[in-house]
Amino acid sequence: MSTILIIEQILNGLQSGIMLFLMAAGLTLIFGVMGLINLAHGSLYMIGAFAAASVAGLTGSFALALIAAMAAAALAGALVEMLVIRRLYATDHLDQVLATFALILIFSESTRWAFGSFPLFLDIPNYLSGPVTLPGGIQYPLYRLVLICVGLLVAIGLGLLITRTRIGIQIRAGENDREMIAALGVDISKLYTLVFALGAALAGLAGALVGAIQSVQVGMGEPVLILAFVVIVIGGIGSIKGALIGSLLVGLTDTLGGVFLPQLFKLFMEPSAAQTSGSALASMAIYVLMGAILIWRPTGLFGARA
Amino acid sequence: MTDPILATHNLQKSFGALKATDNVSIDLYPGEIHAVIGPNGAGKSTLIAQICGELKPDAGRVELLGQDFTQTSTLTRAKAGIARTFQISALAMEDTVLQNVLLGAVGAVGSPWRFLRPVFADKALHSRANDALQRVGLKDDAARRTSDLSHGQRRQLEVAVALTLEPKAFVMDEPMAGLGAEGSKTLTSFLDGLRDEAPILLVEHDMDAVFALADRISVLVYGQIIETGTVDQIRSSKAVREAYLGSDT
Amino acid sequence: MMRERYLNGLVLLLLFTVPLWALINDQPFTITLATRAAIFALAAVGLNIALGLGGLVSLGHAAFFGIGGYAMGILAYHAQTYTPVMEVPFVIDGTKSMPVIWLVAMVTSGLAALLIGLLSLRTTGVYFIMITLAFGQMFYFFSISWIAYGGEDGLSIYIRNDFPGLNTLVPINFFAICFTILCLVLLINGLVARSPFGLALNAARQAPQRVQTVGLDPQRLKLAAFVLSGVITGLAGALFADLNRFVSPTMFSWQTSGEIMIFVILGGTARLCGPVVGAVVFVMLEHALGGLSEYWHIYLGALLLLVVLFARGGLVGLIAGRGVAHD
Repeated sequence: MSTILIIEQILNGLQSGIMLFLMAAGLTLIFGVMGLINLAHGSLYMIGAFAAASVAGLTGSFALALIAAMAAAALAGALVEMLVIRRLYATDHLDQVLATFALILIFSESTRWAFGSFPLFLDIPNYLSGPVTLPGGIQYPLYRLVLICVGLLVAIGLGLLITRTRIGIQIRAGENDREMIAALGVDISKLYTLVFALGAALAGLAGALVGAIQSVQVGMGEPVLILAFVVIVIGGIGSIKGALIGSLLVGLTDTLGGVFLPQLFKLFMEPSAAQTSGSALASMAIYVLMGAILIWRPTGLFGARA
Repeated sequence: MTDPILATHNLQKSFGALKATDNVSIDLYPGEIHAVIGPNGAGKSTLIAQICGELKPDAGRVELLGQDFTQTSTLTRAKAGIARTFQISALAMEDTVLQNVLLGAVGAVGSPWRFLRPVFADKALHSRANDALQRVGLKDDAARRTSDLSHGQRRQLEVAVALTLEPKAFVMDEPMAGLGAEGSKTLTSFLDGLRDEAPILLVEHDMDAVFALADRISVLVYGQIIETGTVDQIRSSKAVREAYLGSDT
Repeated sequence: MMRERYLNGLVLLLLFTVPLWALINDQPFTITLATRAAIFALAAVGLNIALGLGGLVSLGHAAFFGIGGYAMGILAYHAQTYTPVMEVPFVIDGTKSMPVIWLVAMVTSGLAALLIGLLSLRTTGVYFIMITLAFGQMFYFFSISWIAYGGEDGLSIYIRNDFPGLNTLVPINFFAICFTILCLVLLINGLVARSPFGLALNAARQAPQRVQTVGLDPQRLKLAAFVLSGVITGLAGALFADLNRFVSPTMFSWQTSGEIMIFVILGGTARLCGPVVGAVVFVMLEHALGGLSEYWHIYLGALLLLVVLFARGGLVGLIAGRGVAHD
């Protein structure tokens, strides 16, 4: 197994992890600030991807497509927050799970009705395609490097937002004591809509960025959603730092496992079977990891101690 | 001299820099009502939580019937004979009054692992539950939903559940809280008669009730017991007066 | 309360008579639909014991549904290929006998529920929901990787399994089997709900601290409920696989977990016949709306949303009024 391959896969793991972080950050903010489990986050991811694909198809501009993705997802998020989510803050987790599950059904089928069942295509723009030579002579796709950078920038940006701005203070205070900040005159409903829309925009961005390397289709959001939940459970709910570390852990486990487990299996299985079994078991590995961490720390690595 | 039913020895509990419980030793003997009073923030709830098992002390011992129970769970202490009532009612709100008391009966008899026999056919459980309801005066409300009860009635229900356990000691956290004058009087005379069945460790703010009921009073201020004594002793104590009213002379 | 009793009786009567009517009018497809409803109802009754009585929001109950299905699939596959399931350390042959398959399905899903429950109940709230979802996903990916039993393509069982004394290929006979099992389980569910265990479990859901102070362990109660719940849903899985003569990883998917939860919620949690109502309504919608539009899930989603926001007791709650917990 060559070092180059290993480094490539590590980079891939980082890339998929950092994209996962965009989802997980939104989810953990929404749960941390509003106490809401939002299963519809995957739909916002999908909306971003579809918006990007449509706009890219119409205008040919990737940059516009990305902006459209974030705007469409943020708008959808804000609307959903005002119409539905608002009524769920006071309810219990079961109601939130069910209502947002219902939203998944509505969003998925509506998208399928509007766009059909076949995947759309979103192309990597020319100025971002092609390989880049890294120190050590490794060729790595420029686009994936860009994703890693974008993700890290978002992480830094979020960190600054939370720690340095007024909104950030309100968010942190809200995580600790919702009633208190309302009593202090902070406009809760505006804050909540903002947080929700922010999370949605991040999801939409992730959907668009990943949509260029995978395909844009109905149902693309849910596997990512489930992984994002695993991430925030591992990282601890409400913790952006936890979301980052969790995402990288999960991304690396998924990618490295998906490459190396089949290789391992090929030692005693025939190639196609080894590939399928190996990949599937790699997917299982993430949940095993989550289970193990929860048993050791029932509220995640950086979560509030129960 | 008989052994105390319940005793704490040199209990310590801190939350960061705040010393919530500072070297607290109190005890409860058969046949008595021992009241614990103190201004707000004195640490009464923290003390109760350590006695009942919800919190573990940083240092010190909690003993039931002479045996060390310091590290045991709430469950173990309940089975050993402590019956507790909560300041903020912890009752199954969707259930009826009768169902809540039956829970106590099921717990007392220790039989939650019966799956197929209806609770309502079980005469033993029912008579235990109904006796308790009768004694607190809630017999007629047996079929009402707990969430429909008034605050005072929920207090009575808490006491009824505690009664079904036929405990060795009662630990009551501000049972008078939220009761009007009428309700307080009724509960006071009820508790008066209760001491013969099992002693009561009573945390209370309502001074009329305390002075009417208590055989002994311990005064808790900033986590420390500053004085223990009879009603008259506490009433005339300078230290207690200063703690409550502040020293002005 | 009486209204709920009447509603329960009415629903069961409906579920009983519709297939008979279909039999008379020679509409075997309707009988199959009714069987599907009965099996979904069974799965939902199982979930409701954990969810409605125990307050455990399990988003991974498809794990048990799938285990039951695969128990049936594996045993029947080995029977139809005349190969043993295992030879070392001792020989286990396949079987196509329903009672044996049911027993195996129930025991395996029960054991799985015990293990999953022991691990998951260490957590609460959203962590519990996520960890149960994760276990469901684990089984899903595992079944995809299990090439020996079809992997992603699933496993076909050529003929329906055997039940002593009945020709199970006749739709009404298989319906009768499923309906009888459903009624038996409903009876047991009713007894359990009214038993000391049910009382304690119900209290553990609402006020776990109170349960501890009367000397009972809410964790053990919830674990028992979770295991019972898994056993019943596992049995439903075995029946479902038998109905379709097909088992695949989809039975383990999160969508399936969500659907089982929808059956319970539509009907109303902690109501005896809530799950039955929910399952019946779902199958009717699936058939009626599915025929009209292939995007009928939009309407299902909208209905679910309305129920959650405005009719928290489910359809049974809507019709029968606010229930007193039990009589």
